[in-house]
Amino acid sequence: MKRQELQVAALRSGTVIDHIPSDKLFQVVSLLHLDKMETPVTIGYNLKSGKMGSKAIVKVSDKFFTDEELNQLAVITPNVTLCIIRDYEVVEKKEVTLPETLIGLVKCSNPMCICNHEPMATRFHVVDSEKRVVKCSYCNHEMALEKMQII
Amino acid sequence: MDNRSLITLAEHSREKLLYLIEMAQEFEKHPNRRLLEGRIAATLFFEPSTRTRLSFETAANRLGAKVIGFADPKVTSGTKGEILKDTIKMVSNYADIIIMRHYLEGAAKYASEVTRIPILNAGDGANQHPSQTMLDLYTIYQSQGTLENLNIYLVGDLKYGRTVHSLLTAMRHFNPTFHFIAPDELAMPEHYKQYCKDNGIKYHEYKEFDADVISGADILYMTRVQKERFSDLMEYERVKDAYLLKKDMLVKARPNMKILHPLPRVNEIEYSIDDTPYAYYFQQAQNGLYARQALISDALGITLEDVRNDKTIIG
Repeated sequence: MKRQELQVAALRSGTVIDHIPSDKLFQVVSLLHLDKMETPVTIGYNLKSGKMGSKAIVKVSDKFFTDEELNQLAVITPNVTLCIIRDYEVVEKKEVTLPETLIGLVKCSNPMCICNHEPMATRFHVVDSEKRVVKCSYCNHEMALEKMQII
Repeated sequence: MDNRSLITLAEHSREKLLYLIEMAQEFEKHPNRRLLEGRIAATLFFEPSTRTRLSFETAANRLGAKVIGFADPKVTSGTKGEILKDTIKMVSNYADIIIMRHYLEGAAKYASEVTRIPILNAGDGANQHPSQTMLDLYTIYQSQGTLENLNIYLVGDLKYGRTVHSLLTAMRHFNPTFHFIAPDELAMPEHYKQYCKDNGIKYHEYKEFDADVISGADILYMTRVQKERFSDLMEYERVKDAYLLKKDMLVKARPNMKILHPLPRVNEIEYSIDDTPYAYYFQQAQNGLYARQALISDALGITLEDVRNDKTIIG
């Protein structure tokens, strides 16, 4: 089978985050602090994807995130593909899983919750990882992750 | 942070609840002591609540503690824009325990994370009010001689009433049967009914409120139907009297039945009921003193054994 031309140049060493829904790209950038990165970062946006129609891809050179950092992605987009590259080869594929506790990542949707009034980190526990329902550690309200605002 | 704060009773075990009841019994026998002499309790009421504050302050004073604090947030730096954390940290330098009431949900939990001294939650918005729950449990125990296998009827606003929700949660250890009596607008929320199912708590629901419905009650817990909860005032006018407990509705009541109400009552219990043996709401309010004495002592690390061996009893 003839290999198609790559839409984004190959990476020698680092992390590839593929199958990001295009509209989530900038949230991924800010969550992983890619704007503060000092090594080369290649970003593909609005690329064609057989599965998704339109997708984004991020390739970060010489950077290997911790699982904790990567799992935060599950808050925004649970179905990304993660590849760890060394010498142009994929040495590891990873899936992101929603962490049990989300600290400082999303905003509580209860306007009467203390965390919307004090300069403090929000904290949620995941009560149903399939339905993506979380519970605020402060006001005890349960809410759907999809409807929450990313900080 | 390792401290003895009380934010909610929801996580207390059955043993811990019974332990606190036993401690409250000791304080009922001898409420006046010098057990907390030399200690300072701060009552910080970011939202006014005279009844709760007087009860806590009396509890602390009768145990010999000194009380500082404020009853009205208008006099504090909060109005100058001070954040809660700073107020708590400042007061922590002065007091041994903070008893706080706040209009925001989760405020007490957050406060307990920023200080080393114990925080006692005296109500955080619509969230928790554990001292009310503790005094309710104590009152039920006192009036029935047990917490086990009781028929508890909850009447009125079961949708917004945090006292009934906390009571439901705390009673799960004691095999209760709950009976919910409320108009559709104020019915017990679905997730609490699910909670009952998940925890094997039996419950029944009624819309009508009459002598037959309540004839099986051991505890009849009345709540206030609050006008501001209704979007349609006609609807309020219709239901407010439907949930008024009248004296003639008690003809079939069990002899051990007791009527509770978190107070203040407005239009829920006919005044003529006050003189019947079923009325127990004033006793309930008094029990707030003993329950809060137990909660303050426990938060300060005083054990049931300490209370039993206490040599500082006055009179």
